[in-house]
Amino acid sequence: MLQNLCQKMFRRSLWVYHANSGGCNGCDIEVLNVLTPYYDVERFGIKLVASPRHADVMLCQGPAMRSTAQALRRAYEAMPSPKLVFAVGSCAGGGGLWYDTYSVLGPVETVIPVHYYIPGCPPRPEAILYGVALALGLVDKQVAATRIGHAAFPVPRYHPEDLRPEGGLAIYQRQEKI
Amino acid sequence: MSWWSKLTEALSGLQAGRVTLDYPARPRPLPKRFRGRPIFKAEQCIGCAGCANNCPAREILVFDVCQEVRILKYLGRRCTYCGRCADLCPEKAITMSQTADLATDRIADIQQHLELFMSTCQRCGRCFTEPSPIEQLKLKGYRFDDLGNERWIYRSQAVLGRNDAVDDIPLELD
Repeated sequence: MLQNLCQKMFRRSLWVYHANSGGCNGCDIEVLNVLTPYYDVERFGIKLVASPRHADVMLCQGPAMRSTAQALRRAYEAMPSPKLVFAVGSCAGGGGLWYDTYSVLGPVETVIPVHYYIPGCPPRPEAILYGVALALGLVDKQVAATRIGHAAFPVPRYHPEDLRPEGGLAIYQRQEKI
Repeated sequence: MSWWSKLTEALSGLQAGRVTLDYPARPRPLPKRFRGRPIFKAEQCIGCAGCANNCPAREILVFDVCQEVRILKYLGRRCTYCGRCADLCPEKAITMSQTADLATDRIADIQQHLELFMSTCQRCGRCFTEPSPIEQLKLKGYRFDDLGNERWIYRSQAVLGRNDAVDDIPLELD
């Protein structure tokens, strides 16, 4: 639904505002790398603007911090809707390595709603380009949550149906289900 | 500047190639030393929780559901892909993937959830004694994680000071 909305609302071009709320500038450098001719994100119509009032998309870098959370919220509210927020890097997506320190409040989604996450520390320029292309509907999502579990645990108390009495003893043997 | 130099400049401009990658349409091979996200293999994992105890971002949670089943959960939100878990895994059950295309609209998509069967003593049903209180201090408390809410639970309340400056941080207690 979000992708349909994106394709409908942002068909022409996305203007990107680049908000760093206390990151280490690693993600900033990678975002600027995306704007260089080598990766050339302008072929998708993406342009870096200086003011959040001109922007459709906010690229957030760095965690929400005590000193900048209010300014980040104000910058988000200054953007005209419809607006998208990308959390670039593991600081913006999850709080970063210093998630439990005094000055870090947590991921940016504690302050503003986040629509797309680009994990990485810092994410490669390809990853940022891929996230933008995902929002534009050019590519499909490649990750999915994996859950690996055993079908059955070979422990008698989890499978009481496999226990059978035989001559005063309790025999545990897996019964083949038909 | 003569007309000849302008002409050669124009000709060299015509010869210029194209440097822009056709990236999302055509995959780009990443360098060999690139580290993507860790991939956990359940069939090789012995559940030693060394990765959980040494993860700098504390993104691997380990919880014992019962005596035989241990759950290892990789959240990956603030993982910095440092590769320390893959380095110290004794069974090499963690490998770093070679893909960077991890962008998603749901952060739960990069989670990995492993249910590990911990084999126990055939005779008594358990293998290890409970750690003594001094040994518990050395552990970083991985047995007490709250998997449902994806949060760390500190066993001691010593992390909470009486300082007014830290009282507004929400901290979960046991």
